[in-house]
Amino acid sequence: MTVSGNAPKAEVLRPPVTRVGVVGWMRENLFNGWLNSVLTLVVLYGLWQVVPPLVRWALVDSLWNSTPEACRSIDGACWSFVPANLRFIVFGFYPADQQWRPLVSMVLLVALLWWSRDRSHWNRRLGWVWAAGLVVMGVLMRGGILGLQGVETSLWSGLPLTLLLSVFGMVAAYPFGVVLALGRQSRLPAVKSLCVVYIEMIRGVPLISMLFMASVMFPLFLPEGVTINKILRALVAIILFTAAYIAEVVRGGLQAMPKGQYEAAEALGLNYVQTMRLVILPQALKIVIPPTVGILISAFKDTSLVVIIALYDLLNTTKSALSNPKWMGFSTEAYIFVAAIYFVCCYAMSNYSRRLERELTPGRAGSDP
Amino acid sequence: MSSDATAPDRPVIQMEHVHKWFGELHVLNDINLEVGQSERIVICGPSGSGKSTLIRCINRLEEHQRGRIVVDGIELTNDVKNIEKIRAEVGMVFQHFNLFPHLTILDNLTLGPIWVRKTPRREAEETAMYFLEKVHIADQARKYPGQLSGGQQQRVAIARSLCMKPRIMLFDEPTSALDPEMVKEVLDAMIELAEEGMTMLVVTHEMGFAKSVAHRVIFMDEGQIVEENEPHAFFDNPRHERTQLFLSQILH
Ligand SMILES: Nc1ncnc2c1ncn2[C@@H]1O[C@H](COP(=O)(O)OP(=O)(O)O)[C@@H](O)[C@H]1O
Ligand SMILES: [Mg+2]
Repeated sequence: MTVSGNAPKAEVLRPPVTRVGVVGWMRENLFNGWLNSVLTLVVLYGLWQVVPPLVRWALVDSLWNSTPEACRSIDGACWSFVPANLRFIVFGFYPADQQWRPLVSMVLLVALLWWSRDRSHWNRRLGWVWAAGLVVMGVLMRGGILGLQGVETSLWSGLPLTLLLSVFGMVAAYPFGVVLALGRQSRLPAVKSLCVVYIEMIRGVPLISMLFMASVMFPLFLPEGVTINKILRALVAIILFTAAYIAEVVRGGLQAMPKGQYEAAEALGLNYVQTMRLVILPQALKIVIPPTVGILISAFKDTSLVVIIALYDLLNTTKSALSNPKWMGFSTEAYIFVAAIYFVCCYAMSNYSRRLERELTPGRAGSDP
Repeated sequence: MSSDATAPDRPVIQMEHVHKWFGELHVLNDINLEVGQSERIVICGPSGSGKSTLIRCINRLEEHQRGRIVVDGIELTNDVKNIEKIRAEVGMVFQHFNLFPHLTILDNLTLGPIWVRKTPRREAEETAMYFLEKVHIADQARKYPGQLSGGQQQRVAIARSLCMKPRIMLFDEPTSALDPEMVKEVLDAMIELAEEGMTMLVVTHEMGFAKSVAHRVIFMDEGQIVEENEPHAFFDNPRHERTQLFLSQILH
């Protein structure tokens, strides 16, 4: 706002020099008070101790494209492990001459996710595009038709498997969790107790045991000769598990909704489904975006537990590559590489959630930092 | 919409021997009330006397446990379809506005018509703009509720109800959450509505409004209708002791 014209002219005061610029910022943030100054110095000392050797190891003394033998003679990192084993880490046991197929599938998946990022694209057409994309990805991966060589799902491994388990796990677990949360709020006692029992049971069991059950116990109950794909079983276990956690988070959001919102919607004549879909869920789900994304991120990382049922996800293919005698001993480099892939994915999710939250805040017109 | 404000003959709301309990608490005790077409009724009474519960029974936000309520020829039972039909015919304005904060003003207004009445969006938006003009707030259509003042929000809430083209409007203390300087703009909107012949039940302690608009004033206490009269007689010569006590309290 501007100062009104007839107010007495105030002298234009500038902040004291010691408060602006680099010096000002340092005084303000690093050296204000003796405790802060000491902490700053301690941290600086710690960085001095850690960073230079790290840089030397990772960059100066490292080898990037060499034989394993060459690596053994240096002190630095042997990044050569990564290019030499990249194919196996990423694609695992997928036939080498066919690996363009998972590659195209993954590119397609990332493209779809990228396209879906924008909320203005969220419409019915996007649903069809996804459906078509899924069919294409499925055909590419599985083959056996259109002249594509068939590839057993037992050969699916590496990054495509991790993405498959996590993307489809999350995409299916989210709506299922929302339905469970609504069920838990239901006035019908049967529905309500069913949901409560389900949620509490699942939350009382670690994911590893669910994966075990899915892979070892579950087939025992199937009639002779009927088998369900192992990946599918793991996927179902992940979905069932994640959904229970999502349900609890969403319930928190539902409980945060004021009663007046339900009443206003009902007073307009909206039915239950409309009230939930148009009024309650858009607000409740928005409130719980941060904890929901927390759950999705841990679900993503937990897909690596499928190692327990002998599925070769990204982490497991890396481990296998390390068990090659030629490359044994370079696990630090290998795990840093895999960690970087996980980090990029998780960071993207958490970043996107913040953006979504900002976009969904009403009255966002330029008022946001 | 009927413009004949002086002929409250055909009852659009009938309540016969209505009782309601919250647990042990007898909140409505043998309520009998008939409201005619275009009739305007003001309900007052001490806090906790059951005023809100009474009008909330009319659109089934609360369920009555004994007696009969007939709205616009439809009896209120557990039949969900009937309830939704009645809710579409009966508009309600709340003390705390209860606008949908995640939707723009315009979307708040078109939500009901589009989803309940199945009105095409264009038409719903035209109607919405018409009613926003009426409550003098059309320039705010693209904003969100959180960006409006209390008085503006309550006028939006009134417009939102009107977009459903209701036959009856219920108001539950529409001005009591407002800063004093905003009370008038809301009351003016309500008076305008009354002049067009809307059937209105208004829970309020605004005496000026009651005197200028209401056909009848009802006084409730402890779940009962204690006294009922034409407004001037009601305020000038209350018959019951409890009414007198209450009026002496709100007048000071
Ligand atoms: N949902 C409810 N559950 C239990 N008691 C309620 C509920 N709503 C209202 N009451 C009680 O019913 C009585 C009447 O409430 P209300 O109709 O809101 O009164 P008024 O609107 O006249 O202030 C009050 O004693 C109140 O505490
Ligand atoms: Mg009340």
